[in-house]
Amino acid sequence: MENAILVTGLTKSYKKLPVLKGVDFEVKKGTIFALLGSNGAGKTTIVKILTTLLKQDSGTAIVNGFDVRVKPAHVRQAISLTGQFAAVDEILTGRENLILIAKLRHLESLRQVADDLLQRFGLSDAADRRVSTYSGGMRRRLDIAMSLVGKPELIFLDEPTTGLDPEARIEVWANVKKLADSGVTVFLTTQYLEEAEKLAERIAILHEGTIIAQGTLDELKKMFPPSKLEYVEKQPTLEEIFLAIIGKKRGETNENQQ
Amino acid sequence: MKTSNNYFFSDMSVMLGRSMRHILRSMDTIITVTITPIVMMLLFVYVLGGAIQAGTDNYVNYLLPGMLLISIASGTAYIAYRLFMDMQRGIFERFSSMPIARSSALWGHVLTALVSNAISVIVIILVALIMGFRSSAGILSWLSVAGILALFTLALTWLAVIAGLSAKSVDGAGAFSYPLIFLPFISSAFVPTESMPTVVRIFAENQPVTSIVNTIRALLSESPIENEIWVALAWCLITLVITYLFAIRIYKRKVG
Repeated sequence: MENAILVTGLTKSYKKLPVLKGVDFEVKKGTIFALLGSNGAGKTTIVKILTTLLKQDSGTAIVNGFDVRVKPAHVRQAISLTGQFAAVDEILTGRENLILIAKLRHLESLRQVADDLLQRFGLSDAADRRVSTYSGGMRRRLDIAMSLVGKPELIFLDEPTTGLDPEARIEVWANVKKLADSGVTVFLTTQYLEEAEKLAERIAILHEGTIIAQGTLDELKKMFPPSKLEYVEKQPTLEEIFLAIIGKKRGETNENQQ
Repeated sequence: MKTSNNYFFSDMSVMLGRSMRHILRSMDTIITVTITPIVMMLLFVYVLGGAIQAGTDNYVNYLLPGMLLISIASGTAYIAYRLFMDMQRGIFERFSSMPIARSSALWGHVLTALVSNAISVIVIILVALIMGFRSSAGILSWLSVAGILALFTLALTWLAVIAGLSAKSVDGAGAFSYPLIFLPFISSAFVPTESMPTVVRIFAENQPVTSIVNTIRALLSESPIENEIWVALAWCLITLVITYLFAIRIYKRKVG
């Protein structure tokens, strides 16, 4: 399988503070890749370099076959970025936001593109309301929908569920899974172990400026002490309790469908 | 890069459409930029005007140029505010990671400032006409007035871009405009500078607003244009070049 992203020896310092000290990883086409790291580990810096917003100090980053430093315009043709904060226009309606991006991607049949995505992300009813009236989960959904306008091959999601309530988080997870099923490559960063575990086929752990471990979940498990067999009564997690009480066990229904 | 540059003008017009919608949907922008100068004009003409000795029998004629500058200056605060919000919300980052012309997002805001200021200037002139403003100036003089106002708008807009891009908070983004709105009060906009005490007068006669106001006034009343037009143009152009260069530098550093 071809690589969607190939990063070698990436370094970046802000003033004199080194943030990335030689980062290497690769992402296969059509997979979900999670970059796991605590706050301030440099995840967003990597996303910014890969999406041509920031230039690295040294090392190379090849995205969709093009060097981000040499051919940024070619890279931009293939990618889309959903940043850490929902980058939606509050004063426009949901539909207008999608049409705005469709216009900037120079697409035809703008309305059709917008309608399809509104439908797909369950925003049809709210389509003609201003985004300032949307809930956090709806904003995030619109944000991701905007990233899909023009069918990019590679999608960057920078902490897509930070600040969302459990319901909205499960919704985002379901959407990300659907994306990967449609053949899109997803690069996501997260600080939640659970998120990486649930979504990603490959996981890389970024710590103090380098990747300290990467592989599939099984490979990562093998690197660490073998699991012990213990008998524990299965208690519901607080999340399961919360979701059961509010009566929307969406995470489970989604998994059952698949 | 070629692919994205081909779309520069269409991308920019999309951006222009976006921020024009922002203006039309926020009443406070329209009120501050158009209604406030109109109310001030009404106040000065019908309440204070009777006691002001401006050496003219038509005070609306005297007052109009300054009102136009106040309207433009108060509009710039909103440019800074809108830019700040775009930076803050990551909308610029989204645009920058898309295959579009690099500076079209910024130029969209600048063009919006020109268009929206042109609209409020026209509205204020129409109200002034109702209040008795008269001018026999020809088309060439009016075009010169439009040109000077456009230059003034651009100079202040790029200043607003600097403020919007480098501000740390929403309030900070708009704060730079307060002294700008105040400048016309210490100029020849309301009363002749001859009536002011020496120190104030020296300041008033050597700050940009006085030369711009006097030039527009002379153009509209068809009085002989003195050297002041060159002083006015120099102020606008020098400010424009300096603020433009700074703004582009900050934009490149912040947005890439």
